[in-house]
Amino acid sequence: MKKLLSIFAVVAFAFSAHAGTLDDVKNRGFLKCGVTTGLAGFAAPDDSGEWAGLDADMCRAVAVAVFGDRSKVEFITTTGKSRFPTLASGEVDMLARNTTWTISRDVNLGFEFVGVNFYDGQGFMVPSALGVSSATELDGATVCIQTGTTTELNLADFFRLNGISYEALPIETNDEGKENLFAGRCDVYTTDASGLSSTRAAASNPDKWVVLPEIISKEPLGPLVRHGDHQWGDVVRWSLNAMIIAEELGITSENVDAQTSSNVPEVLRLLGVEGNYGEMLELSNDWAYQIIKQIGNYSESYEANVGPDTPLEIARGLNALWTQGGILYAPPFR
Amino acid sequence: MNEMNEVRKPPVATTGIIGWLRINLFFNWTNSLITLFVVYCLYQFIPWILDWTIFSADFKYNYLGEQITNQEMCSRNLDPENGGACWAVIYVRFYQFIYGFYPKVEVWRVNLAYIMLAFALLPLLYAKLPYRKYFLYFTYIFPVIAYFLLNGGLGFTEVSTNKWGGLLVTLVLGCTGIALAFPIGIMLALGRRSKLPVISMMCTLFIEFIRGVPLITLLFFGMVMLPLFLPEGIDMDGLVRVLVAVTLFQSAYMAEVIRGGLQAIPPGQYEAAKSLGMSYWRMNLLIILPQAIRISIPPIVNTSIGLFKDTTLVIIVGILDLLGIGRGTLADTNWLGLSYEIYFFVSLVFFIFTFGMSRYSLYLEKKLKTGINMGAD
Repeated sequence: MKKLLSIFAVVAFAFSAHAGTLDDVKNRGFLKCGVTTGLAGFAAPDDSGEWAGLDADMCRAVAVAVFGDRSKVEFITTTGKSRFPTLASGEVDMLARNTTWTISRDVNLGFEFVGVNFYDGQGFMVPSALGVSSATELDGATVCIQTGTTTELNLADFFRLNGISYEALPIETNDEGKENLFAGRCDVYTTDASGLSSTRAAASNPDKWVVLPEIISKEPLGPLVRHGDHQWGDVVRWSLNAMIIAEELGITSENVDAQTSSNVPEVLRLLGVEGNYGEMLELSNDWAYQIIKQIGNYSESYEANVGPDTPLEIARGLNALWTQGGILYAPPFR
Repeated sequence: MNEMNEVRKPPVATTGIIGWLRINLFFNWTNSLITLFVVYCLYQFIPWILDWTIFSADFKYNYLGEQITNQEMCSRNLDPENGGACWAVIYVRFYQFIYGFYPKVEVWRVNLAYIMLAFALLPLLYAKLPYRKYFLYFTYIFPVIAYFLLNGGLGFTEVSTNKWGGLLVTLVLGCTGIALAFPIGIMLALGRRSKLPVISMMCTLFIEFIRGVPLITLLFFGMVMLPLFLPEGIDMDGLVRVLVAVTLFQSAYMAEVIRGGLQAIPPGQYEAAKSLGMSYWRMNLLIILPQAIRISIPPIVNTSIGLFKDTTLVIIVGILDLLGIGRGTLADTNWLGLSYEIYFFVSLVFFIFTFGMSRYSLYLEKKLKTGINMGAD
């Protein structure tokens, strides 16, 4: 299957290789961005039909970088199965679809992950009445687990490593896992931490459930583009980096106008007051200024979509800046 | 003597309500036990479901009288003892459920298309309609009008199918699939029974291939592989690709249903038609098909209902139909956890449409007396 996919990717690439994606996007007048069909906090239509979420903001940031207008984006919904062929065939210009960066996807499928906009990882959720504070105390527990996924393998590894036993209750979908946990048919539910948070938020009384501190796998989620078009890859990569650097430098959508008269050289470079970095990317020189003005920095997007003040209540954790205990780190803007 | 003999009434126990009850519900003791058990279950269930769906439910305001804008404001989330369903999510998202992401300023076009669809269906469904002939002309040109209305062109702003969603997509897929599959299915059925080996083999191959793979496979084929086969520059719309897949799928099933009808026509009918000097097409159009289709009405409606429900599979290729919009709503952090309400609403809408189709087919069967055995007499 993977081989077949990569053949498709190559064929599709051969058809579309002649013109740069950036030129295509500019000529078309809007960006085509692949998102999920709905995932809490990452991409979902709001009440007025506008797509909102961390991934949706990523798409908008790229649209702003190219056009200076956050509305110049068309969201194409993709599923876990259709996302890669959709990108390979050129139907979308980029994917921001909480996709885990792995070597086979990066290399074998012919895509290029340009960065990480959310560090996720597999976690555990238990009823607070169970009185457990660490996953190593879960000896003999019944675990609800999605079959045929990497989470299943990670779980087996983790329990074997810690020398404890568990009983698996196989489930198919997230909804099923939720219902089984809430009905008490399993003691523990395990899936990606962001998924646990949305499950917890959907409970009638979220305080009755706790997410344990252990994260047992690496799931770096990030935007990706087709292999080979480096110019376009750079545009997407630096749109993400601009949001992260803006947070490092303390530039927000509110103070960005005042910051244009800052005396910090990197701020001036980022906002396009000095240097010609926009020109290098074949964008206007105020592209990063517009992203921060219209979308905000990484922190603003995080807090609005998945942060502690939203129903998802996901703490920054790994997604905090490297200066604040996380691993979020962007190369210097010079 | 004119004294009338006293007419003996039938025993009380066999007439009226009591008789009906005795015969149908309390015929013997197992029957009675089952009846009592079912009545008990209904007694337990009906008040609860009525209370949850209507009496304790929030429609737009919660029990404090505030307008509900997210799940935390639902009565049942404010106070678990107080409140049933939270229909506010349907109220707030109604536009999306019906039109998807269709721009609000252009939505009159969809409404007009919905109304015109009703007028286009009228002459097809109701034969005694006055001026039916003129209505039928309208029915024939309706697909063209609907295309320009919904998609744009002829002075209308274009609305890309990416913005279509909800019931609109469900109806477009269902109606187009059923309407196109019917003629294609008839041709395939006739082709499969044809005496020309090339035609019969091609039709058989097509039908068996399409019936041999699941609809999801065809959808993927249409969505993922079709663009790779098309010459560059021809950018086929996503919804059109899905429509092609759905129509092919439905035609194969329709062909087999109609072939069943064709096989039930006694050979005498064919021979009689031929002896009158009728050509192949005249014979089929005037003698065979009207009878074959008449006896195939139940299975035709059956596969049509099946297709209408199968359209929900398009979520797999990323098109948000009615169910897809429901799932998207569940992924909005404002409405997390309202899955009962949303799935209830979606199934209710589907039930209304499919139940309507099945009732109409019953009416048609009665009108055309399909139950009569045609061959024997």
